[in-house]
Amino acid sequence: MQPLRKTVGSVRPEKAEASALEVSGLTVRFGARTILDGINFDVRDGEFLCIVGSSGSGKTTLLRVLAGLARPAEGKVQFAGAEISGPSRDRAIIFQDYSKALLPWRTVRGNVALSLEARNVPASEQDAIVDELLGIIGLSRAKEQFPSQLSGGMQQRVQIARCLAQDPKLLLMDEPFGALDAMTRQSLQDEILQLVADKKIATVFITHDLEEAIYLGDRVIVLGGSPAGIMETMEIDLPRPRNQLTTREDGRFLAYRHRLFELLVQEHPPQAFEGKGQQ
Amino acid sequence: MRKPLLGAIIPVSFLGLWEVSSRAGLLTLESLSRPSDIIEAGYAGLRDGSLLLATLQTCETALLGLALAAVIGIAVGTILGLAPTAERIAGPTIEALRPIPAIAFMPLALMMFGFGVGLEASIVAYACVWPILIVTISAVRAIEGRLLEVAAVLELPVWKRMTKVVLPAAFARINVGLRVAAAISLVVAVTIEIVLNPRGLGYHLVLAQQSLQIGLMWAQLVWLCLLGFVLNLLLSRLGGGSGLMWRPL
Ligand SMILES: Nc1ncnc2c1ncn2[C@@H]1O[C@H](COP(=O)(O)OP(=O)(O)OP(=O)(O)O)[C@@H](O)[C@H]1O
Ligand SMILES: [Mg+2]
Repeated sequence: MQPLRKTVGSVRPEKAEASALEVSGLTVRFGARTILDGINFDVRDGEFLCIVGSSGSGKTTLLRVLAGLARPAEGKVQFAGAEISGPSRDRAIIFQDYSKALLPWRTVRGNVALSLEARNVPASEQDAIVDELLGIIGLSRAKEQFPSQLSGGMQQRVQIARCLAQDPKLLLMDEPFGALDAMTRQSLQDEILQLVADKKIATVFITHDLEEAIYLGDRVIVLGGSPAGIMETMEIDLPRPRNQLTTREDGRFLAYRHRLFELLVQEHPPQAFEGKGQQ
Repeated sequence: MRKPLLGAIIPVSFLGLWEVSSRAGLLTLESLSRPSDIIEAGYAGLRDGSLLLATLQTCETALLGLALAAVIGIAVGTILGLAPTAERIAGPTIEALRPIPAIAFMPLALMMFGFGVGLEASIVAYACVWPILIVTISAVRAIEGRLLEVAAVLELPVWKRMTKVVLPAAFARINVGLRVAAAISLVVAVTIEIVLNPRGLGYHLVLAQQSLQIGLMWAQLVWLCLLGFVLNLLLSRLGGGSGLMWRPL
C-alpha cells in the first residue's frame, strides 16, 4: 500500500479552489407543496460531494434541478460561472431507475455510443472508446447484448458508461449502486473514485448508505426536514486514495458514521427502530 | 407444413363442391362461373399481362397514397405527440376531418387532378393518414419520459433526437398504424377504380362484368383476395411488433 501522506491530494481540491457548482437559496415546489427550501451549497472543482437523506426527502428532486431537468421556484444554480438554464452534456446524470434510462433497441455498445454520437465523435473512433469504457466498468463481455438481457446491476453500469462517454465536467449520480451486490458495489466505488479523480470530474453522489457516503465523499451533506433543507455539512477528512479495508477501519470513519447515524435517527424519530428491537 | 394444409381443407373442398355441382347442373346462376373457367380466365389474363398491369397500377397508387399518408401522419403525429399545446390546438380540427368518408372527396379530387394517379393517390392518402396520425400521437406520448431526458441531457439536436430516440422508441406502435393503413389503402384504391377512375384492378373488374366476361370477373376477384392476403402477410412479417426492427445507423 502507498504511504498515506503522498496520496492525500489526489481528489481533494486545493483550499482556495473555485466552485464548479453553486447553489443559493434554492426552493423547489410541486404545486403548492414545497419540497426543498432554501438550499445553499457548492461543489468545488474536482470535489466528490455526497448527499444523504431519508427516502422522499427530495434528493432526486435536487439532483434533477442540478441537471437542468427541473426548474426551481426560487434561487439560483450556477455551473462554471453561468446560471443553469436547462440540461447540458457537461452535466451527466445517472438516473435512479436505470432500467428506464437505457434505449431498449440498442445493444450495450449502442447505448454507450449514443453519447459519442451526440458529441459527433467520428464512427471510426467510437468502438475504441466504447471498448475502453466497458472494460473499466466490467461489461466487455456483454457488449452485444440488449438491456433486457442484463441484470439490474449490469444495466446500471451501462448507464454509468454512457455518462462517462459524454465526457462530463460534473457527474450527478442518484443512488447508482443500490442494485448491486456488496462486492461489485465496492469495486465500482473504487472505480468511480479513480475515474473522477483521473478526469477531474466534480461529482454529486446521492446514497442511502451512510458508509458509502463517507467512504466516497470529500464532504457529506445531510438533507432532512419537511420541506427539506440542509441539516449538516460534514467535511470528511480521510486520506486518499481510499481503501476498502483501512479507510473503513479508520477511527474518524467510525466517528463520522456515528454522527450521521444520529442525525438521521433524529430525523426519523421512528418507531421503526424501536419496534425492531422489541421483537 | 401441417397448418397451411389444414387451413386449405375448407377452400379446396368448397371449390371442388362448386365445380362438381356446377357441372352437374345444380348451380345455374348466371353470375357464377365454374372454378375451372375462372382459373382459365385468370391464366389468360396473366399471360397477356393485362391482369399484372392492372395490379401494378392499383398497387402503385395505393403505395403512393400510403407513403404520402405515412410521411404526413408520422411527421405531424410526432410533433403533436411531443407538444401537448399543439395537440390541443389541432385536436378538434383532426376530430372534425377524420370522420369524413374519404370517398366523399372523389368529385373534388376529380376536379383538382382529373382522372389518373393523382385522383386516386390523394384520396388513398386522405383515408390512410388518420390511423397513422392518431397512432403516432399516442405512440410518441407513450415514450418513456426518461429516454427523452437522456436525449435532452446529451443535447441531441432535433433531427438526431427524432431518428435516434423518438422514432425508434415509438416505432413498434406506429407500425400498427401503418399496417391498418396499408389494408385501407388497397380497399380505397380499388373502390375508386370501380366507381370512377378508369385504371387498375377495380376498373377491369367492372369492365369484365359489363362485357359479361363472368369468368374473368371472378378471376380478378380471386386475384384481389390473394393480393390482400399477401399484403397482410408481408405487413405482419414486417411488423413483428418489435422496436428492434429499427436500427438507425
Ligand atoms: N413530479 C412530482 N410531482 C409531485 N411531487 C413529486 C414529484 N416528484 C417528487 N415529488 C415529491 O417530492 C418528494 C421528494 O421526492 P424525491 O424523489 O426527490 O425523493 P428522494 O429523496 O429522491 O427519495 P428516494 O430516496 O426514495 O429516492 C416526494 O415526497 C415526492 O412525493
Ligand atoms: Mg430518489
